[in-house]
Amino acid sequence: MTEHYVRDFQTFASNGAAGAPAWLREIREGAIARFAELGFPTMKQEEWRFTSVAPIAETRFTLAPAAHSPLPAPAEVERLQLGAGPRLVFVDGGYVRGLSSLAGLPNGVYAGSLAAALQAGPSGELARAHLTRLAHWRDSAFAALNTAFLADGAFVHVPAGCVLAQPLEVVCVATVGGSDGPKVAHPRGLIVVERGAQAVVVETFASLGDGVHWTNAVSEVVVGEGARVEYYRVQREGRRGYHVATTQSRQERDSYLGLHAITLGGTLARHDITTVLDGTGAELILNGLYVLGGSQHADHHTVIDHARPHCASHEFFNGVLAERAHGVFTGRIIVRPGAQRTDSKQTNNNLLLSTEARADSQPQLEIHADDVKCTHGSTVGPLDPTALYYLQSRGLSPETARSLLTYGFAAEILGRMRSADLRDRLDRLVRAELA
Amino acid sequence: MTGNVLLQIENLHATVEGREVLRGVDLVVRTGEVHAIMGPNGSGKSTLAQVLGGHPAYTVTAGSIRYEGKDLLALKPEERAREGLFLAFQYPVAIRGITNAYFLRSAVNAIRKHRGEEELGPVEFMDALEEKLKLIGWDDSYLNRPVNDGFSGGEKKRNEILQLAVLEPKLAILDETDSGLDIDAVKTVAQTVEKLRRPDNATVLVTHYYRILTHIQPDIVHVLSAGWIVKSGGKELALELEERGYDWTREPAPVA
Repeated sequence: MTEHYVRDFQTFASNGAAGAPAWLREIREGAIARFAELGFPTMKQEEWRFTSVAPIAETRFTLAPAAHSPLPAPAEVERLQLGAGPRLVFVDGGYVRGLSSLAGLPNGVYAGSLAAALQAGPSGELARAHLTRLAHWRDSAFAALNTAFLADGAFVHVPAGCVLAQPLEVVCVATVGGSDGPKVAHPRGLIVVERGAQAVVVETFASLGDGVHWTNAVSEVVVGEGARVEYYRVQREGRRGYHVATTQSRQERDSYLGLHAITLGGTLARHDITTVLDGTGAELILNGLYVLGGSQHADHHTVIDHARPHCASHEFFNGVLAERAHGVFTGRIIVRPGAQRTDSKQTNNNLLLSTEARADSQPQLEIHADDVKCTHGSTVGPLDPTALYYLQSRGLSPETARSLLTYGFAAEILGRMRSADLRDRLDRLVRAELA
Repeated sequence: MTGNVLLQIENLHATVEGREVLRGVDLVVRTGEVHAIMGPNGSGKSTLAQVLGGHPAYTVTAGSIRYEGKDLLALKPEERAREGLFLAFQYPVAIRGITNAYFLRSAVNAIRKHRGEEELGPVEFMDALEEKLKLIGWDDSYLNRPVNDGFSGGEKKRNEILQLAVLEPKLAILDETDSGLDIDAVKTVAQTVEKLRRPDNATVLVTHYYRILTHIQPDIVHVLSAGWIVKSGGKELALELEERGYDWTREPAPVA
C-alpha cells in the first residue's frame, strides 16, 4: 500500500520539486525511504489502537497538483478567515499570492510561501535552520510522507522583539473533485517567533467541496526566549475528508505558548501534537475541543515534554460527541530527569450525547523528577441529570438546559482563548456546529 | 397574619428510591410570612424542599400541594420557577463553561418571557444586576466566572442568594442555605432575605441550626421529625430547640 506513494515520489522528485535546494532533496529522499519502511500504522500498534487508518491506506490517493486552476473565488476563501488581518492562502498545499493579503504586517516579518523562501538567501537560511527539525519524520509514517512531498507551505518568521498587532491567518483549502480520483495534499507550516516577539497565528484547514480527499499536514512552531505566541488550529474540512496532522512546538526559556486545537470536520481525523518545554520558566496552555457527529472519528494524541525545570503546562481537551461519533484522546506528560518544579495539569472531559457515541480517554504520566506537581483526570459521560434539574429549577426548558450544558463544554475551552475577536468567531462556528 | 394563602400542603407523602421519607406533611404559608422548618438530620427537610422544587428522583405517593391555588405537582420544575417559586439548593451544581452572568440572564429571561415581558439584553441586565451584587457584597468578577465552577462552599451558597435576589420569587425555599457558612456569611444571607421580604412574597427557611434565626424574624417555626411536622410555634420554639435539642420533640409517626 506504500508502493504507489514511492512511485509518485519519484515522479514528484524529478518534476515539480526539482528546484529545491540540495539539503531539502536529501531530507525528502530519506523521508520517503522511512515511510516505505514504516508503512501505514495498524491498530496493533499501541499508538493506534483506537483508530484504523485502513480507509486511507486502501484508497489510491494521488498527489494534488498544488494551486492548480481554476482557483477558488476570493469570497470562498474569505469566509474561512476568522479575523480581518493578513492572510496566507494555500490551495492543495501551494501558495496563492492572488488570494493572500499581507497588508498590515510590520517590516522585518516574513510571511509567505516556503517554496519562495527556500529560493532566496536570508529567508532560505532561516527556513533551513528550523524546517524538519521538530517534526519527527523518522518516528511517524505520516510525518515522513509529508516531509517526502515537502514542496511549499506557510513560512512565518517574526524577528526578535517584533509584535504582530493582528492575528496572521494561514488558510489551507483542499479542492475536491475532478475526474482522476481522490487527491492528497501535504500542507506544511513553519512558524518561528524569535526572542521577545509576540504573535497570534491561525491555521485553518477546510475543504472546498464535499468529496473524498486527504490532508496530511505538518506544522512546526518555534517559540523563542521570552516570546509570546497564541497559535490557533481549526480543522473544519468536509464530512468525507480524511485529515492527519502533526503539530510540533518547541519553547525556549520564559516563553508562553497558547496552542488551541479545534476539530470539527473530517470523517476520520488524527492529530498528533507534541510540545517541548525546552527552557526554564516556559509556560504552555494546550487547549483542545472536538465537536463530532454522524460517524465522525477524531483521535488526538498529545505529548507535553517537560525537558527543563520551572515550567508550567495546562492542558484541557473537551469532546462533544453526538450520534455515532467516536472521540479518542491520549495525553502523555513527560517530565525529564532534572525538570524539577514542573507544574502540569491535564484534563480531558467527554460529553456523550447519544448512547451510540463513544469516547476513549487515556491520560499518561511519565515522571522522572521528584519535585513536581502533576495532576490529570478525565471524564466520559452523558449530561449530568442534576445539572439539568438545576437549570430547569431556574425556569429553563429541558431543551434549553441541554443545549446550554452542551455549549458549556465547548465554551469552557473557548474561554481560554486570549484573542477576543478570534474567540467570538470560533464561538459562532462552534455554536453552528452544535445547533 | 392576614396574607393570602400562597402554599398549601396537605397530607404529603413522598418516597425516594422506594423509601418513604415524608409521611403526612401539612403546611400553610401565606404571603408576607417567613417560615422556618427545623429538624434533625434525616427528618425529611431536604426531601420536602426537593419535592417543592420538582426533583425527578422524588415521588409523591399521597397528598397535595397547592401553590396560588394551582396544583403544584402538575407543574414541571421550569414551570414552577416561571410561576415564581425558587429553590435555593443545599448543594448548588457547577455548570462548566457558562458564566454566571449568562446563566442569570437566561433565568430572568425565561421568567420574563413566561410573563409576556420583553427579554433583557446583556447591557440592560448588567445595570439591573449591580444593585443585587451589592446586596451580597460581591464585585463583577463573579459574573464572568462559570456558574459555581471552582466556587468555595460559601461562594456557592452566596450565589444561590444572588439568584434569589435577581429572580425575586413569590415563594423562596432555602434548603439549608446557612449550612457550612461562617458567621458573616450567615448574616449576609439573613440580611438579604430580610431585605427581599415583601407583603406579597414568602420564604420557607429549611435549616438545621438556630443561628440564622438570630438575624431573621420567622413568623412560624416548624419541627419536622420522621417525615411530618410534629410541632409548630413562634420563634421561642426555635430557641427551645437550640437549648434542648430535638429529642424531646420526637413522637411516634401517625400510621400511614
